[in-house]
Amino acid sequence: MRHGWIILLLGTALATGVPAQPATQTDARRSGFDFMGSAVQAMQRDDALNPAMLWVKQGETLWQAAAGASGKSCASCHGAAGSLRGVAARYPAFDTALQRPVNLAQRINLCRQNRQLAEPWRLESQDLLSLESFIALQSRGLPMAPPADARLQAFVERGRARYQQRLGQLNLSCAQCHDQRWGQRLGGTVIPQAHPTGYPLYRLEWQGLGSLQRRLRNCLSGVRAQPWPYGAQELVELELYLAAQARGMVLESPAVRP
Amino acid sequence: MNRNAATRRQLLAGSVGLGAWLLVRPVAAAPDELATVIQAWTGGAPVQNGRVKLDIAPLVDNGNTVPVGVSVESPMTLADHVTAIAIFNERNPQRDVARFALGPRAGRANVSTRIRLATTQKLAAVARMSDGSYWSHTVDVIVTLAACIEGEAS
Amino acid sequence: MAHTLIKVPASARRGEIIAISTIIGHPMETGFRPGADGRILPRNIIQRFTCHYNDELVFSAELFPAIAANPLIAFHTVATTSGTLRFSWEGDQGFRHTESVSIEVT
Repeated sequence: MRHGWIILLLGTALATGVPAQPATQTDARRSGFDFMGSAVQAMQRDDALNPAMLWVKQGETLWQAAAGASGKSCASCHGAAGSLRGVAARYPAFDTALQRPVNLAQRINLCRQNRQLAEPWRLESQDLLSLESFIALQSRGLPMAPPADARLQAFVERGRARYQQRLGQLNLSCAQCHDQRWGQRLGGTVIPQAHPTGYPLYRLEWQGLGSLQRRLRNCLSGVRAQPWPYGAQELVELELYLAAQARGMVLESPAVRP
Repeated sequence: MNRNAATRRQLLAGSVGLGAWLLVRPVAAAPDELATVIQAWTGGAPVQNGRVKLDIAPLVDNGNTVPVGVSVESPMTLADHVTAIAIFNERNPQRDVARFALGPRAGRANVSTRIRLATTQKLAAVARMSDGSYWSHTVDVIVTLAACIEGEAS
Repeated sequence: MAHTLIKVPASARRGEIIAISTIIGHPMETGFRPGADGRILPRNIIQRFTCHYNDELVFSAELFPAIAANPLIAFHTVATTSGTLRFSWEGDQGFRHTESVSIEVT
């Protein structure tokens, strides 16, 4: 027996001023927000109800905190956090020194090491996630805009190939669920289109905040594949491909998802 | 036993998914336990259906964090008000979810929280009134395991 | 130190019923969950929440392991006089946290 339909909310304006991707005749892309129940949508809409804001609050504190041998905080160089408006929407981006794409968390760590002369934070640590969520919030409401950088093209293509490759003991590719079967159910859950419009986000399953890489590792566990470790090139390329696919969609960070 | 099977077992054993948060034994049907715990809370007083509304999604997005609201029809005056609201479950390891104490200072008998539900089950909200009467609302909630969860600690 | 998100209107009219929403960062470890080594992790939850309005108790809650992590507790109270709303959380392992918020009642 079907346990009800999920009604896709089209063109819903959110109280915090972040409109969901409106339905148009040419753009069939939907945010994961549209596939959630109304109670969880309400959690994301209201900053007082969104548990991710606990991490954002901590991120705001870290923004002001001096770090490393430099004795500088993020604010020392960047000033007010608003100066980073638009930044999160443009990641992953190409790093010239490393000659490869990096995501926002890696970029924060590069700043820590090279500018603040501090130890990089462990990937997926609470401090790094907090600062990442605070920076991502500065871009909330903006369209995702990964750079149309020719140097990224080869990496995007590798990400695309991986997205379409069958993986794991279940021998499933990302595309089989998220391109071909979105809107259908896996168990009791509706399968979303897998656009990373809200990261880092509060996942109800985790009862905590996590990055896109954590979510991708969960997907890999889901198909019974060995998950790539945090920071792996394979994961960054997937993030890059997903961001490219979501170009133009509204950034909702920090979002809430089941 | 080949290496693949051993790794699979480790993967499944290390799961920190929904079941692991709350389940240590197989769940058994326990509607009687729910009735028993409600009766213990009311001290044996009869409980009527009505005046209480338990607001929860019939099919939850994720059993680890389920938004829940309880509202009770009451003027919340000194003479006539809700003194307590309790929420009980049917199939978690423990029947209690939360107990709220209110009074005329509350203005409105309306509380919200987020709960964990181990599996599909009944959920009951019971209100104690200042005149000693008890009212309740029980709902059926469908809970499924989430897809694509941690296979190992991150 | 725990982080909280507290939503209280900064001002209200006398007699107005105001909505209050609180979230506190806390794992609410159930005491039923095995850790990576297979042994059950000890219970670590917030057990009690109180709201005092100018030192008078106006609302309280008793929480159990079935309450999700980072617990949200939302309720209402009547705005009587200007003053302080004091929120307190206590729980296992000596956990204690208090936050105070001012309210202006006209």
